[in-house]
Amino acid sequence: MSGVSDHPVLDPALAPPFPVAALPVLRNVQLRKNVAHAIDVIQAKRARVVEEKADWQALRAAASRIKEEALENLGAYLEQFEERCTAAGGHVHWAADAGEARRIILEILREENADEVIKIKTMTSAEIQLNPFLEAAGVRTYETDLAEIILQLGKGEPSHIVVPALHVNRSQVREIFARTMGLEGLSDEPKALTAAARNYLRKKFLDVPTAISGANFLVAETGGAVVVESEGNGRMCLTLPRTLITLAGIEKVVPRFADLEVMLQLLARSATGERMNPYTSLWTGVTKDEGRGGDGPQNFHVVLLDNGRSSILGRKRERQTLRCIRCAACMNTCPVYRQTGGHAYGSVYPGPIGAILTPQLEHLKHAQSLPYASSLCGACYEVCPVKINIPEILIDLRARVTDQERETAHRFFDPMYVGMRVANMIFSRAWLFHFAQWAGRIGARLVTRKDGWIHSLPSVGAKWTQTRDLRGLPKQTFHAWWKSRERVSKGAREQGSEKAR
Amino acid sequence: MSGWMRASLFITCYNDTLYPETGRAVVSLLERLGVELEFRAGQTCCGQMHANTGFRGEAFSQAKRLVRLYGDAEAVVIPSSSCVAMMRDQYPGLFEELGNETLRREFKALLPRVYELSEFLIDKLGVEDVGAYFPHRVTYHASCHGLRALQLGDRPFRLLAKVRGLELMPLANLDRCCGFGGTFSVKNGDVSSAMLTVKLEDVLRTGAEFCTALDNSCLMHLGGAMHREYAPMKTIHMAQILASTQEHPAEVVG
Repeated sequence: MSGVSDHPVLDPALAPPFPVAALPVLRNVQLRKNVAHAIDVIQAKRARVVEEKADWQALRAAASRIKEEALENLGAYLEQFEERCTAAGGHVHWAADAGEARRIILEILREENADEVIKIKTMTSAEIQLNPFLEAAGVRTYETDLAEIILQLGKGEPSHIVVPALHVNRSQVREIFARTMGLEGLSDEPKALTAAARNYLRKKFLDVPTAISGANFLVAETGGAVVVESEGNGRMCLTLPRTLITLAGIEKVVPRFADLEVMLQLLARSATGERMNPYTSLWTGVTKDEGRGGDGPQNFHVVLLDNGRSSILGRKRERQTLRCIRCAACMNTCPVYRQTGGHAYGSVYPGPIGAILTPQLEHLKHAQSLPYASSLCGACYEVCPVKINIPEILIDLRARVTDQERETAHRFFDPMYVGMRVANMIFSRAWLFHFAQWAGRIGARLVTRKDGWIHSLPSVGAKWTQTRDLRGLPKQTFHAWWKSRERVSKGAREQGSEKAR
Repeated sequence: MSGWMRASLFITCYNDTLYPETGRAVVSLLERLGVELEFRAGQTCCGQMHANTGFRGEAFSQAKRLVRLYGDAEAVVIPSSSCVAMMRDQYPGLFEELGNETLRREFKALLPRVYELSEFLIDKLGVEDVGAYFPHRVTYHASCHGLRALQLGDRPFRLLAKVRGLELMPLANLDRCCGFGGTFSVKNGDVSSAMLTVKLEDVLRTGAEFCTALDNSCLMHLGGAMHREYAPMKTIHMAQILASTQEHPAEVVG
């Protein structure tokens, strides 16, 4: 999709590896401050509202069971969803990949003669790069979520899945709005900024008869869909237009309507630190009785997107990835994300969940650096409302990436790969390990300063010594000390027994 | 305090090579508490570095070696929380995938006898007061593996509270990673360094003389930055604090 847009997009196929992509962000002090402040605030709010739920762990367990049940029988639940949704007057479309989803959506829009469309924030649409595609096909897209408006008007890319403009501060928002809406005297007060957005949106809500949404959940039992949001823009898009197109990943389905009781308790608390999100919209099918002016669209389409998801289903551990309800608690708690923000991940799904989801959606052909973009601290697993063991999956994916890369020529001689092979040999025999310790000590002398510390190492080690010293190797290893101690005590024992005699 | 008991020390590869004083401290601490300690010469590495870097086959071969080596040990004490976490969290998957039934059985029998140092002291020996004396201001860094994987909880604090002369300086954002993460610290060296800077600010703000932990890998990371930045603080493994007495004060190296 890179050809469509004239500015860089979050495309895993084009993005530089994580360590490289992180560099400009690490140098951007203001941006890191924005990110750290924003996620610290959300995380603290989350901690407070989670604390007050005595049954939080039980809810997490229930939610992971519900999602596992749905994933284990995904085909059946999707078909049930299709049947019930169709019976209620909706149209269900199946899209194997991003291209097919884009084509389906454009065809529907063509049938409607739509040259404009209003949108509710949907990461799935960002995943398939829908906006640039529609714009190129002559359909104007209007994002209606405040953060998405900021990004769309400022030609930015999302850096977070719940708060996509997390990296943009107030004065930057003011600048974007003033420039694109022609409001020169606009102040950077939140009230003034939201008023500007409201004025910009109101007309679109009333004029544009076609909307595109995502879905937080699809309910197999009823054939209905659910969107949760904070601003009310979603409710407008779901009720005012004549035609609604809902794009949803196939993993969004839950078996029963009652399952929402569990999911909705977890989602808002995990995502924004609220007990309940301000707007929860549930709808099934279409408004049949036009004459009586019922609420909601008369045409309802659901596009079920696979785009790599079904390839994850077959692996039991990795399948957990598809439980994700996109709450972003993992990125809000992640010490890596806190430093880099979202763009370094080169995907619309950043943070720990992005580090496992993106490479899998890309069939490990792209984004191979993402599974390594973690110190494996486990904070993500601890907060995940559906108990995705992200560290475990990161390690699994690292193994798959390594297996795939280790035989290639450029990796075979890569210092890290050579080091790992040598280390394995060394660790396989104690005498070889002890010899390597001795050799290492000799070698370390060359780089150890008079203060007993190493300040600069070659090759891979240089990445350590760029910010950290390393204590020089001690003269005696522990096992050598133990051996000498045993000799001494054995000698003492023998001496003692001789005396006794 | 319980009576005589035997335990085997798995010192871990990097402690053996880089931090022998930690091993010596574990020996003097446990022997003082009446534990008959042995050290098996064949030990090398638990396989964590290989596993976490994606070298699963290699990690499996280390894991297999370790399980065989300690198969008949009464208890295995490990002064490194991440290595214990490796065994608890990753060995089952490795053996499930690459091992055979015998190996899985041997591992299952061994696992309940594997202890991280503070677990061994509190859960197995039932001691909190180990008779230590360390008259210094100390802050405790909870390594991620100790905190989340092993769920050590308040064990380290209970042990430190009974050390005479020790003043514990509370550390803000205790649950935040120092950014080490094994090969992460070089593969993503810049991000790791940024995380370290943030952690170090919190650690230095405590005003402690020493930063302690139950894992020398975090301490190597924090201590390396402290030394580079001429910080007025040193790192010390908790075993060394617990081993320290008035007659035999802790060895502080570096």
